[in-house]
Amino acid sequence: MAKLIAGMGTSHVPGVGAAMDNGKTGEAYWQPLFEGFKPLREWHKNNVPDVNIVVFNDHATSYSLDNYSTFTIGVGDHFRPADEGWGRRQVPDVEGHPELAWHITESLMAEEFDMAVAASVDLDHGLTVPLSIAYDQPEKWPTAVIPLIVNVIQHPLPTAMRCYKLGQAIGRAIASFPEDISVGIWGTGGLSHQLGGERAGVVNPEFDKAFLDNLTQNPIANAEIPHTDFIREAGAEGIEMIMWNVMRGALNDDVKEIYRFYHIPVSATAYGAIILENS
Amino acid sequence: MTVRDYDDVPGTYVLDSRTYRKGYHLNMMLMSLNAADSRAKFAADEAGYLADYQLTDAQRDAVLERRYLDMLKLGANVYYAFKLVSHDRQPPQVMYGKMAQPEMSFEEFQQMMISGGRPIDGNRRIGETKGDGNNG
Repeated sequence: MAKLIAGMGTSHVPGVGAAMDNGKTGEAYWQPLFEGFKPLREWHKNNVPDVNIVVFNDHATSYSLDNYSTFTIGVGDHFRPADEGWGRRQVPDVEGHPELAWHITESLMAEEFDMAVAASVDLDHGLTVPLSIAYDQPEKWPTAVIPLIVNVIQHPLPTAMRCYKLGQAIGRAIASFPEDISVGIWGTGGLSHQLGGERAGVVNPEFDKAFLDNLTQNPIANAEIPHTDFIREAGAEGIEMIMWNVMRGALNDDVKEIYRFYHIPVSATAYGAIILENS
Repeated sequence: MTVRDYDDVPGTYVLDSRTYRKGYHLNMMLMSLNAADSRAKFAADEAGYLADYQLTDAQRDAVLERRYLDMLKLGANVYYAFKLVSHDRQPPQVMYGKMAQPEMSFEEFQQMMISGGRPIDGNRRIGETKGDGNNG
């Protein structure tokens, strides 16, 4: 049977990818961030699953006001990095895992999570930057990837609780997949940040710390946060944090926090990362 | 129009149904800059390019003059506006600084973030003064 080994949470700020792609990671501005990646990358080196499910959001790249779904799962066998306005990132293409993706889709639908299904969707920094954070600059990514795209931009959004419950259902789906493969799940985005408006640049380390603390011990508390509390306390774009609830929901009730890293700033964002192993 | 419980968050523009309808054409124009051939056309003749979209005069002028805060007020969403600052080959902090009030240069915005970012205290509610906020 398939086994979910761990979850990672990480911000997916596009500037991190740009810094790596343009060879700027040694600059003083970026140095503390990439220093903080070292233990995380070391853990990933020693814990490479067959498949990673990467929960992320599209940023007006492959989805738009013309066509938006709340939860989309990528069932294709191959995905390309997107041109989001400055050309495609020169990073490897992504190999999917259609068998597990379809199994999860069928299992979720049976549990009344009505998923949109995508075979062909270009992937923006929301997915490619976390891969770069975890795996640096390999010739090909070491795992297959199932993209799981959540609408966290165009309101109405799914609730934080819905995201958590979706994660729980994904956890059950993985556990019922008949092949002996190992799986990881990543929640991406956040932490507190607001990019637009007169309040641009607002961050909230206290809110972020409480969210990170609750991930391990009290995930329901994070699932009960109303949208307006995210917007008010963590910034309009900080609401991306609800995607970490999908990751957490998929894991066991008991998890062990392996690594945590927090750094302000990355561009206009409070960067956060966490690794949680299933106990 | 329907009031939302986040309407009292200062300086914050949420892409909800109100913004969606007001900013539809503006955002779709901005998103078109994802395509390299569209970027080339826009670069060659910005006003001519914008004429193909049903923008209001105010929206068109805000784009041409890179008045990012006005674009938000006229219905743009920041992720869509991102396409324009990328087209200009400028770092996003240029746009964030232009949206911020008081307005900031790239360097000023960058320095604010390096110094820990804009504090949440005093920025939770319209009319709030520092220290009013509850952290729950």
